[in-house]
Amino acid sequence: MEEKEIKDELASIRSLMERSSKFISLSGLSGILAGVYALIGAAAAYYLLTSNTVREYPYHGYYSFGHLFNSLVGQLLIIAVLVFAASVTSGIILTNRKARRKGQAIWGSTSKALLFNMATPLVAGALLLFIFIVHGYYGIVGPSSLVFYGLALVGAGNFTFTLVKYLGLCEIAIGLIAACLPGYGLLFWAIGFGVLHIVYGSMMYFKYDR
Amino acid sequence: MKVPFEKLDKAFENRLRLQIMSVLMVNDRYDFNSLKELLDTTDGNLASHLKGLEKEEYILVHKTFLGRKPNTTYEATEKGKTAFKQHLDALEKLIKQQKAS
Repeated sequence: MEEKEIKDELASIRSLMERSSKFISLSGLSGILAGVYALIGAAAAYYLLTSNTVREYPYHGYYSFGHLFNSLVGQLLIIAVLVFAASVTSGIILTNRKARRKGQAIWGSTSKALLFNMATPLVAGALLLFIFIVHGYYGIVGPSSLVFYGLALVGAGNFTFTLVKYLGLCEIAIGLIAACLPGYGLLFWAIGFGVLHIVYGSMMYFKYDR
Repeated sequence: MKVPFEKLDKAFENRLRLQIMSVLMVNDRYDFNSLKELLDTTDGNLASHLKGLEKEEYILVHKTFLGRKPNTTYEATEKGKTAFKQHLDALEKLIKQQKAS
């Protein structure tokens, strides 16, 4: 066998191992957009928090759902849901586009594994946080959402670019720091979901998207 | 100069077989249709090489049903994984020797 032939063989093996076990169509651009949405959301939340003249003091007890959604907390929750929905939608559209360009199926065994590993901590975290909100433990929501999101990314990192795993570790670290410094929840939330997404999204964009 | 050609596994002489093994090295299980799509090959070709690997006891075949559709998945055995690693080592040695000569 010729040297070049062997090298081609080894290169094809390496690429197959990666393509069959990792979802490499994840779009970096969608990470940047998610960061931008998060910053806009954080700005809206900051505006709501500072412009509200009637301060609502957290009441540690059970709220009725109607009260919850009319309150400041409810409005903040709506902002969070909108940011999440916008991020997921642009993520799906851009990833679909990249998958078509790369010739990888968007709904294959790798993307299924990626979604399942990401959804488990996310759904568990979202349910737990919702229970916390209903009970009025608002302070814990910002930091824990960062930690749960970080865990989801670390899990997902096994099935896509390793960069995603490092992003997850950073999110966990920021969440833990935020938990130590109560009162700065929104600031850390903006750093974790906004700035970090933009930084890692651009790294992925320049490394893999083009 | 001693060339370790005898270390190269005869079962992996065919390129497709080597490719199948490399997919099964990093995935616990992989199904027939996904393999076919990934390796861009035909039913008959893929099936005959999978049979070959099965005969060598390099892979295990699991037959299940998804509703009414048969769904066959494949898994690499320890023997197959060891053979694959040895084959790769032998390939690397070949490259090094050719560089040295």
